[in-house]
Amino acid sequence: MASAVIRGEALGKRYRRGLVSTSGLLRDSLGRILKSPLRSLQRQKQETFWALKDVSLEVKEGEVLGLIGRNGAGKTTLLKILSRITQPTTGWAEIHGRVGSLLEVGTGFHPELTGRENTFLSGAILGMSKSEISRKFDEIVAFAELEKFIDTPVKHYSSGMYVRLAFAVAAHLEPEILLVDEVLAVGDIRFQKKCLGKMGDVARAGRTVVLVTHQMNQIRRLCHRTLWVHDGKIQQQGDTGIVVSSYEQSMRSLAESLPTQLKRKSWKAQFVSWNIADPSGRQTHILSSVGRTTLKFYLDVNEPISHIVHGITLYDAERRIIWGWAAYDLAFVPGRHELEYEFPMLPIKAGAYTWMVSLWSGSQQLDMSDMAPDMLVTAESYQHPRDEWSGVLNVPSSFNVRQISGLHPDDK
Amino acid sequence: MATVSSSPSTAMGRAESHHSPVVTRIEPPRGLFNLRLGELWAYRELLYFFVWRDVKIRYKQTAVGVLWVVLQPLLTMAVFTLFFGRLAKLPSDGLPYPVFYFAALVPWMYFNYALQNATNVVVENQRMITKVYFPRLVLPLSSVLSGLVDFAIGFVVLIGVTFYYGIRPGAPAVLLPVFLLLAILTALGVGLWLSALNALYRDVRYVMPFILQFWMFASPVAYPSSLVPEKWRWLYGLNPIAGVIDGFRWALTGHGRAPTVSLLVSAVAVLVILFGGLIFFQRMEGTVADRV
Repeated sequence: MASAVIRGEALGKRYRRGLVSTSGLLRDSLGRILKSPLRSLQRQKQETFWALKDVSLEVKEGEVLGLIGRNGAGKTTLLKILSRITQPTTGWAEIHGRVGSLLEVGTGFHPELTGRENTFLSGAILGMSKSEISRKFDEIVAFAELEKFIDTPVKHYSSGMYVRLAFAVAAHLEPEILLVDEVLAVGDIRFQKKCLGKMGDVARAGRTVVLVTHQMNQIRRLCHRTLWVHDGKIQQQGDTGIVVSSYEQSMRSLAESLPTQLKRKSWKAQFVSWNIADPSGRQTHILSSVGRTTLKFYLDVNEPISHIVHGITLYDAERRIIWGWAAYDLAFVPGRHELEYEFPMLPIKAGAYTWMVSLWSGSQQLDMSDMAPDMLVTAESYQHPRDEWSGVLNVPSSFNVRQISGLHPDDK
Repeated sequence: MATVSSSPSTAMGRAESHHSPVVTRIEPPRGLFNLRLGELWAYRELLYFFVWRDVKIRYKQTAVGVLWVVLQPLLTMAVFTLFFGRLAKLPSDGLPYPVFYFAALVPWMYFNYALQNATNVVVENQRMITKVYFPRLVLPLSSVLSGLVDFAIGFVVLIGVTFYYGIRPGAPAVLLPVFLLLAILTALGVGLWLSALNALYRDVRYVMPFILQFWMFASPVAYPSSLVPEKWRWLYGLNPIAGVIDGFRWALTGHGRAPTVSLLVSAVAVLVILFGGLIFFQRMEGTVADRV
């Protein structure tokens, strides 16, 4: 029976908002203390908030645990406590085994140093011994596909080369317990696949992994068990399938709880259902790739209607309009109709989305409804690995750098 | 194309340590004296890599590299010799001015570099600090150690200058490492305070040039400590760098006086600064990752 290698009991982390808001000048702090010695002590009582509260968890040896939750829910704080980057305010944790944490790709890289030098430096910072790095060096370089450039300073690398080397170093970290934060989605798609493959190897090699990610397909693929953090507390934990579905469910109901349009239906016509027709012909509500997508909406019409306007709106989980469109001057005879939309691609980031469709006769609203269920997008990410830089569009792109002239093209 | 390495090799690499005895206990910070110095030993390789990085980058970035390390104290020596020596006619304990100044400038410049480096090291590595754990003490430690490469080069030149003026170091020269150690510990002790303060307050770096200049004139770099009245000599010892510089001159040339009482005061002062610095630094360490 596998034993618990990570045990956390009632972990909590309180942040002081004041830490950031004070001027951060020694001059001001000294001035404050000199002016009013008593008050300056009171100033310590600043506004605080709990980023994490009363979180207990257990991770068994060889288990791959996923951490999910909205931005700011406390997943990263939890990971930072477990990797000892920050100290908990309350509670305790015990970790049995050598811990490696990967919160960023390229930690410790220095632009002036060569690829070889950075490999050793970053490896050492991530916790590898010198002999371990020497032993794996060739493997790392081969993985990064940078054999020819390994003695070039990384400031001359393209961003793709940089990320490949950085990830290659990280991927060869072999602690008994690995803590990873959203760093898998780097580089081009081919390299991403390779990295995921490597992660899969790590997971299968019986190592214990705690993985934070927003990408539910990654969680589903890699994690045995998932822990959902919400507002600094554990909302739910257990089997990945179950936790991920209820997380997605909640993202959906969150959207519903926000003020939505009036859901008035007329007897003349109403939308009844929708689905995505995927290339294999299956009907689903999950969009698993960015490519060509066909959507079908079904409309029941009870009497002949004409001069009809049909509107469509795509909302994200926070009820922002992602896309909207309308068709004019339509006419329907009684019966069930299929409204088909074909998109060359739907480049939107992973998450839950809502289709709202409407039907108008002049200014009279015949139907205007959020279609159930929500559309879940689980497509592979082509975005920046960090959430704050990833944006809303998930657009596949190719990227090239080439020199088109020398420094002084007119010389000689 | 290279393929993904398969799991067997990775699995085997760690198989023997499957039930490793490493247990990490994570708790809220408590107590003043939880220094965890033993942990530093486990991270000695990282310390080596940080020193190595500092040295590499330092010699890569300056175009003239090693030459600059030699030129800087030599030029300063020439300026001091001209202005403090020839023009101001400050006494030099009977030593030729170049030897007198160079013997002080080599340890002083080490201290100057090490202290500046240590003051900035936490701020410069703040990003890394928020992304990975290691005992933060490794950072200031690495910055005072990386200065030793410059020191070694300067020291070789110093020996050359001393011999050029026909001065042969005697038996006291064996005490040089003691004075060097005192300089290292002073830079580390003060560096711990300043690096922590610098992480907390953005204006510390602007005060640094002033602190260093003031400190230089509070040390017998440009003048002999014999100018300091006898009854204040012990107080002067509170500045450990004064003892270091007197010690260097004396141990290398036999001129000047062997620092005795003041050296003892210096040693005590350094220990107090260092111990206080360790505690202060460690308190800052707990929150520095939360400040970004």
